[in-house]
Amino acid sequence: MGCDAAAVAALLRAGAATIAEHRVELTDLDRPIGDSDHGENLNRGFTAVVSTLDTAVPETPGGVLKLAATTLISKVGGAAGPLYGTAFLRAATTLGDKSELDAASVVAALQAALAGVVARGKADVGDATMVDALSPAAAAAEASENNGIAGLLAAAADAADQGAQSTVPLVARKGRASYLGERSVGHLDPGARSTALLLRAFAEAVR
Amino acid sequence: MRVGLVVVSHSARLAEGVVELAAQMAPDVTVLAAGGLPDGGVGTDYDSVVAAVQRADSGAGVVLLYDLGSAQMTAELAVESLADPGSAVVVDAPLVEGAVAASVAAQGGADRAAVAEAAASAGAPPAVETGLAPEAGAPQTTRLTLHNEVGLHARPAALLVRSIAGLDADVRIRLGDDEADGHSVLALMSLSARKDDTIDVSATGPQAGEAIRRIEALAERNFDE
Repeated sequence: MGCDAAAVAALLRAGAATIAEHRVELTDLDRPIGDSDHGENLNRGFTAVVSTLDTAVPETPGGVLKLAATTLISKVGGAAGPLYGTAFLRAATTLGDKSELDAASVVAALQAALAGVVARGKADVGDATMVDALSPAAAAAEASENNGIAGLLAAAADAADQGAQSTVPLVARKGRASYLGERSVGHLDPGARSTALLLRAFAEAVR
Repeated sequence: MRVGLVVVSHSARLAEGVVELAAQMAPDVTVLAAGGLPDGGVGTDYDSVVAAVQRADSGAGVVLLYDLGSAQMTAELAVESLADPGSAVVVDAPLVEGAVAASVAAQGGADRAAVAEAAASAGAPPAVETGLAPEAGAPQTTRLTLHNEVGLHARPAALLVRSIAGLDADVRIRLGDDEADGHSVLALMSLSARKDDTIDVSATGPQAGEAIRRIEALAERNFDE
């Protein structure tokens, strides 16, 4: 099965749909530990991504991801805008001008996205951030590379789910939640949750 | 052509306040605020930061300072997205002290790296040393009494630093047992020298005499008050 620009655009539309569906949940997760805007901010960003894709879809998968990145950076705000923007931008850069993606390039894109988020946010695994979802997802994708794009994205989504759940007992060490110290324990990190939701949507859309 | 500054804050009013303070120290430096969201809310806006960096760059580059958390990410992302990412740098510094130190350094003609360093080192404890510091060579000295109303407060301190900027001289200002680097506005301010206080100025280096002469002239003019 080929994964061209149109297919990547379809993944992003699926991601936008899941964010819209879960925006209240994401904002509720953000309320006790953040500034209660994660769901609304991401929804605003992905809604804008869909409208730009409605106007014109770039010719390459990398072009589609770059368009998503610049739109998210401008529209999401907060920490999530620069972080998701960087993730999509680094993934786009890694893909270059390939017209169609294979399993190896999807793994490379996920790894580049993770490296970008780590560099931008300076968070490690265990800090209760989206890195806790994205890092195991990239590792699982690499381990499942032989299962094709659908297989590796499904493995990544499963790993991201588990990783997001692992943030519940953690003390947040980055962002607004870190100001709460021990009081951040017991909360699912909204960024880890949105990362897991997006990867699940991508996996289901490509199946 | 001087290095420009951009103050990135979650709050438009905070950014404007920092700019107001920094600009008073450095009338010829472009200091721009990039604070808040376009709708007036609290947050940092990538597009505003990029626009401010482009406007602040007169060719000598730009130094960006930020307040909290995601402001740093937005600032770094904005720099990476520039046509020449090497033309701007995000500096980790206390916002107010860093902006003041950076603007004075930029006013004195420092290059981008030196302006960034001035901001970054503004976070260190004030460079006031108590007791006698060993001096290299025979210093030239002068003793001055401050007749201006505010003493070595922010604006006069900035004027003093600017008056000797670029001179090849190590200048120390002493008030009682405290001594400060004459090239650091923050150090001079932390001396808390007031009206009618007497300060001792000592300078070493090839242009020590010129440095002394300029500081004496400034004091005679009552720091242009």
